Amino acid sequence: MSEIREVEKARGFSLFWRTMWARAYPRIIGTTREKSWAFFDTILPLMSTVSYVFVYRAINAPEEYIGFVVVGGAMTAFWLNVLWSMASQLYWDKDMGNLELYVLSPGPMMAILLGMAVGGLVMTGTRAAAILIVCSLLFRVTYQTGSLLLLLAIFTLTMAALYGMGMMFASVFLASGREAWHLSNLLQEPIYLVSGFYFPVRALGFWVATFASVIPLTLGLDAMRQLLFAGGPSLGFLSVRTETGILAVSAVIFIAAAHVMLRKLEEKGRRDGRLIERRR
Amino acid sequence: MTAIADRILNIPFVRRSDALRTFVVAAWLGWQIESNWADPFLFAIYSLARPIASVLILVVMYAVITDGAMEQPIFSYIYLGNALYILVSSVITGVSWAVIDDREHYRTMKQLYTAPLDGYAYLMGRGVARMLIGTISVLITIGFGLIAFHLPIRLATIDWGLLLLSTALGVASLAAMGLMLGSLTMMLARHFWAVGEMVAGSLYLFSGAIFPLEVLPPWLRPLGFVFPVTYWLEAARRALLGPQALGFPTLAHFSDWQLVGILSGMTAVLIVVSGFFYRWALHQAKEKGLIDMETAY
Repeated sequence: MSEIREVEKARGFSLFWRTMWARAYPRIIGTTREKSWAFFDTILPLMSTVSYVFVYRAINAPEEYIGFVVVGGAMTAFWLNVLWSMASQLYWDKDMGNLELYVLSPGPMMAILLGMAVGGLVMTGTRAAAILIVCSLLFRVTYQTGSLLLLLAIFTLTMAALYGMGMMFASVFLASGREAWHLSNLLQEPIYLVSGFYFPVRALGFWVATFASVIPLTLGLDAMRQLLFAGGPSLGFLSVRTETGILAVSAVIFIAAAHVMLRKLEEKGRRDGRLIERRR
Repeated sequence: MTAIADRILNIPFVRRSDALRTFVVAAWLGWQIESNWADPFLFAIYSLARPIASVLILVVMYAVITDGAMEQPIFSYIYLGNALYILVSSVITGVSWAVIDDREHYRTMKQLYTAPLDGYAYLMGRGVARMLIGTISVLITIGFGLIAFHLPIRLATIDWGLLLLSTALGVASLAAMGLMLGSLTMMLARHFWAVGEMVAGSLYLFSGAIFPLEVLPPWLRPLGFVFPVTYWLEAARRALLGPQALGFPTLAHFSDWQLVGILSGMTAVLIVVSGFFYRWALHQAKEKGLIDMETAY
């Protein structure tokens, strides 16, 4: 007779870790099983980035602006991932009947959301890399590689703050019901505008740029451009050091706020009996 | 909107035609889905903020480089091209999204295609709601440009005949293209959301919407001449801007009526082809059991 093995019950960090990978797993496996996404997810964003490059060419812009557009275009992949694969995801999961399973499981909701982000990173990373590589080669963009470590640190901090914000949005979008779709749409072009995805954010003036700094990509993108391009520092909004500090603080605030908001929303949803209500 | 739809449905020749009745009801349904099922305030902001923001991205890009030289003809070219392009993406993606919505979200494809309706007219009707929203966005964006950036458009000098005729033909060609994409969507299990967006994205790049075609590398330029949108945008810009629009080399060797002629020919071909393509796609979707497929993709 085979011996019955006792399954060790996960708690604390172990539970968080396992939940995160459990949610990331289908997304990662999905990308390897059905590979046609690579074509659709890279060609589509490439076209809008290329269009903006040609606008700069049409008005005889200096070459570094082409680089600004390419880096901004690559970062749109992360913003879209946060909006559509994280913020709106709980609403869609509710629609498909998965949300009740998440709520019933012992796994923390933040781990589930982080799993979505980690799982989506394969696709998002490919999309961003494709824009960066193809456009850099196509338009002969030159980068300076002075402080690669600092660049990596800024990118990591930006992602931490951005995905923290995404988790916070998930609770807001879930509460907004059918309007979640409109909200995600609403946060595309207006955010590309105020965060300076295609031009230095400084061009919008001090107050708009300050207001837009709530979105972590604004400062992250500005700092990365300052490090990547020779003319970057002269077009930067704040110093790289200040922007890095603000990004670190934002990351902590957004992650903490997401934790509180998700708990509150779940509590309220349970109390009102509307957490898994579906309306088409 | 319901009252308007009711009145139209009561017109005798509409009541007698299956296709027209289906078209009107589908347009009403599309409008309900796009507008009334969302908070009106949010819907209004959403309908205005996106187009205004997308045109402002270009305005800031332009202003940063040229130090705010908004009086240059290239500024009007970029601004108007982007404003009119809103209609392109609304109409082209509108029909394919109707198929996605009905199949994946509302799961009503089975009921729709077992009902005695005209499927072609239904899809066209569903696209009307997005077209209306797109038209409002175009008007507001142009109005915003007139007030904020003093676009050189004067009501008295607009060539209304050319504008209305080219726009009617342009929208008809877009609707036919949208219908073909909607038909294609019926046969797809994956990436169906990308079909409309991809064609709209290509048109943005290759139709000279926001930069003259001469900016493209020479081997890519011929692509721009294949799309009816290129001719519509050129004709509409000429109608709105007058002689200033003729300053650009793109299509400058064509007269206004040559542009309208090419656009008419392309539109007629697209409408005929879209009818055949729709029937073929519907047959394929039914044969392969894809018509009511729910992929949750």
